[in-house]
Amino acid sequence: MSARADSAPHFPAEPDYLRIEGISKRFDDALAVDNVTLGVRRREIFALLGSSGCGKSTLLRMIAGLERPTAGRIVLDGEDLAEVPAFRRPTNMMFQSYALFPHMSVAGNVAFGLRQERPRLTREQIDARVAEMLELVQLQRYAARKPHELSGGQQQRVALARSLAKEPKLLLLDEPLAALDKKIRQHTQLELVSLIRRVGVTCILVTHDQEEAMTMASRIGVMSEGVLLQVGTPDEIYEHPSCRFTAEFIGETNLFHGRLEDGRLNGSDFPAPLAIAAEAMPAPGTEVWLSVRPERVVLGRQPPAAVNGNVSINAAQGEVDEIAYLGSHSVYHLRLGGGGRRMIASVPSAHWGEASAPARGERVWAWWLAPDGVVLTR
Amino acid sequence: MSSGPAAPVPAPPRRPFFLLRGRFWVASLPWAWLLLFFLLPFVLIVNVSLSTPDLAVPPYVSPFSQPQAEGRPVFPPAFNPDLGSYRRLGDEVADLARPGAELQYLRAFGNSLLLAALTTLCCLLVGYPFAWHIARSAEGTRNTLLMLVMLPFWTSFLLRVYAWMGLLDSSESGLINQALLALGLIDAPLQLLYNSGAVLIGMVYSYLPFMVLPLYANLVKLDMRLLEAARDLGARPWTAFVSITLPLSWRGIVAGSMMVFIPAVGEFVIPDLLGGGGVLMIGRRIWDDFGPNQDWPMAAAVAVVMVLLLIVPIMVFHRHGGRGDGAGEAGP
Repeated sequence: MSARADSAPHFPAEPDYLRIEGISKRFDDALAVDNVTLGVRRREIFALLGSSGCGKSTLLRMIAGLERPTAGRIVLDGEDLAEVPAFRRPTNMMFQSYALFPHMSVAGNVAFGLRQERPRLTREQIDARVAEMLELVQLQRYAARKPHELSGGQQQRVALARSLAKEPKLLLLDEPLAALDKKIRQHTQLELVSLIRRVGVTCILVTHDQEEAMTMASRIGVMSEGVLLQVGTPDEIYEHPSCRFTAEFIGETNLFHGRLEDGRLNGSDFPAPLAIAAEAMPAPGTEVWLSVRPERVVLGRQPPAAVNGNVSINAAQGEVDEIAYLGSHSVYHLRLGGGGRRMIASVPSAHWGEASAPARGERVWAWWLAPDGVVLTR
Repeated sequence: MSSGPAAPVPAPPRRPFFLLRGRFWVASLPWAWLLLFFLLPFVLIVNVSLSTPDLAVPPYVSPFSQPQAEGRPVFPPAFNPDLGSYRRLGDEVADLARPGAELQYLRAFGNSLLLAALTTLCCLLVGYPFAWHIARSAEGTRNTLLMLVMLPFWTSFLLRVYAWMGLLDSSESGLINQALLALGLIDAPLQLLYNSGAVLIGMVYSYLPFMVLPLYANLVKLDMRLLEAARDLGARPWTAFVSITLPLSWRGIVAGSMMVFIPAVGEFVIPDLLGGGGVLMIGRRIWDDFGPNQDWPMAAAVAVVMVLLLIVPIMVFHRHGGRGDGAGEAGP
């Protein structure tokens, strides 16, 4: 495949640190989590990504022991957690709303978990660990404050310190940044990642924000309606979505729907049969979708010249309908042929060189190389 | 508008008080209520407590009354308080150490405070799980349960106490005794009525809603995620309750306890009816002094002392409960 950049950190083959085997959760009549199987490696930051109500939070709460699975097993570091109550699990969670104890100081919050340790820790051990944690999140000066006297970002750091204080085997983050302003969120994402890496804890993070998942996680699991649809590194998920949901949920895409005939996609609303390339070509006659990312589409005033080798090109003429200028690139909305089929293309600003960029209403050519489209069967 | 130095805003003309804003009137309502229905009667009672008992109607001579010898009232009126009633209470306090002293007022005070304290404690122990359960129920169920708590108020209070007398009746016709006899659990009817147990049952029954409602109002606001966080951090259920739930519901506990304790101190109908009048309550003492004994100043003095006795702990409670989010930080 053309764009397979193996940029994600490489993990040596070792048994999964956390294994989730066929886990399901039924609430009354609704199946919140549907037979999910998943492995997470040691020291990995794994993101569960999906829209609200997709079951990702329920999955996280089952790992924490706050919900009982209807079926399935959770094995952490070789230990089956099924019969381990939440208060004895070697996992700690950072709650979406932080759930800081309002009647305790920052230090009291961080010390809470340490006070529950059995055999008991001495006061000196607890104090030392609290100081260490507060230094880690740079809140030493706020030890005596109550949570409501802190800003949202500071509260988030207290919650993080509290969930790291007991050195959990697994850190669970439930929408860790959702309560923060957009501005400090982006900054905090990277800060959080570097902190987790420094501590060296294995981490599962739940988010509905694809950007957050892609920035923070080494691998992502995409969930929808209780089902784990795809697991992969951020670029795998973006470049090689396994289904329509992933393709549309992560970033934007152009989808063409048709039937496979003679190695081509027929019957779509693209003006011509579509040339496709796939490692494992589905059987002829199969109903398939073709996903083409906007940045794979090339625009030009002239039709595309022939390309070296035997790579096919899909090309069509269209009218520029809308242009969103975003600085480094522009997003063009085209109306293909004379019909109503719309297509989006993301074009780098430098693409047009000396010539001026096309204006609204202008007719241009749009094309992409067959291998740049991803064939989806579901 | 110019950005120069702001011109002094002319003060709006003062309005006559009856044209003041609505906010003023709304804010003044509770104060008016307090003044009319608490402070004014209290001042009158204080006045009576400083009077001299007399065979007249009303049966006392006000400390402000003047000998009418000259035929016209003097202004300002002289103030001649009679501290006799307070002196009698003081004498009892001085007699405390003397064995065999009668101490009828102090004993009544003690009985009432003890009963009120026991009632409060029992109401708290019964009411807390009660309120917790309601607060954690589904929203639709909650209202039904709350209504069930308040349902007894639809019947007269006295009627409900009489109903308890029927239930607890110590003869064979008592409902509970009947049931126990019929089941063969006992051979002879139990002495259920006219003892301290019956009084406590009646008191707890009558005052329970006053504990449940404030506790419910507090517990329903408790963020359950805090308990999940405590569990996640390794707290066993009991530890989570003691270190999170209890401190965070402290205000509800204080409010409910005050709602039960204060009226319970003055209660004398329930002890009279269910306890058979064997134990003297301070409320009964006041009733007797106002009624059969015709000693209004004494009754008023006892009432004043009772109010003062209650106000001090309330103020201490209030100080404590009104701080931050409840109690101080839970200890290690």
